[in-house]
Amino acid sequence: MKVLKVLPLLILAAGLVFTGCKPKDADVKAAVEKALKENPATAGVMVMVTDGVATLSGEVADDAAKTALDASVKAIKGVKSVVNNATIPAPPAPVVVTADDPLTAAVKDATKDHPSVTAAVADGVIKLTGSIEKAKWIKLKQALDALSPKKVDAAGLKIN
Amino acid sequence: MALQDKYKELTDAAAAAGVSDLQVREQEGVLYVDGIAPNGAAKDQLWAIYDKLDPNFLSGDLVLDVKVAIDAAVTKVKVITENSNLNIRKGPGTDQPIVGKAAKNEVITLVNQSNDQWWLVRTEDGEEGYAYAQYLSPEA
Repeated sequence: MKVLKVLPLLILAAGLVFTGCKPKDADVKAAVEKALKENPATAGVMVMVTDGVATLSGEVADDAAKTALDASVKAIKGVKSVVNNATIPAPPAPVVVTADDPLTAAVKDATKDHPSVTAAVADGVIKLTGSIEKAKWIKLKQALDALSPKKVDAAGLKIN
Repeated sequence: MALQDKYKELTDAAAAAGVSDLQVREQEGVLYVDGIAPNGAAKDQLWAIYDKLDPNFLSGDLVLDVKVAIDAAVTKVKVITENSNLNIRKGPGTDQPIVGKAAKNEVITLVNQSNDQWWLVRTEDGEEGYAYAQYLSPEA
């Protein structure tokens, strides 16, 4: 009977002892934040800690960085589990190359004042032959690059 | 990624020069660098670096399309042809009939620049048409 009376007290005491040993959420949060700041790849990640559960948000470069982030935070003392809500930026839109017909017309406009240069357009590639002075070539290349070609192939062009 | 390394000096300089909407994309062996430079000097600087990294632009592995930001308040442009008159055409294209001419160094009115290559302009005589943008320099 005596034991039964003392039992709740014992449980309470045990509970208090365990709570005392457990790192506080705020301390864990500070430790995680410190670790995140030390790595430039995770400097933009934010963390919230509730009952040892670390919830991560913010942006990381890619999937690999996100997985690595998970592991590194889990290894920090006091972190029971990780909820990784870090996002990965959307990949850039693919480069759009001008279709051959409008590109051919635009190349014709751009090369009109450079009669020593011959240009041919195929699958978005502007292939140049002939010869041109350096100063004019810079101007021409600037004009051609502005037309959204796939590439400007000047291997056959002689620069004087 | 190799191309991004080759042209790292260029893309770093673009970011440092305040090029806005800077995009660096690699696709099928060509690096595409796009953006809007704050002024003509910044654009020239980037082209000088390009020429240094790939002399005479012969590799064909970079398409550098950096436009120069033009203040919406700009209404006057100067003709910067080498020595000839600048043709003003009915529509945007060299296949379009010539409706007027502007002399070298003449300052004419910029009506709009909705087309990157061909700007709509008006001369002092009131002739309106399209001129090749490369031969026009915005007047401050």
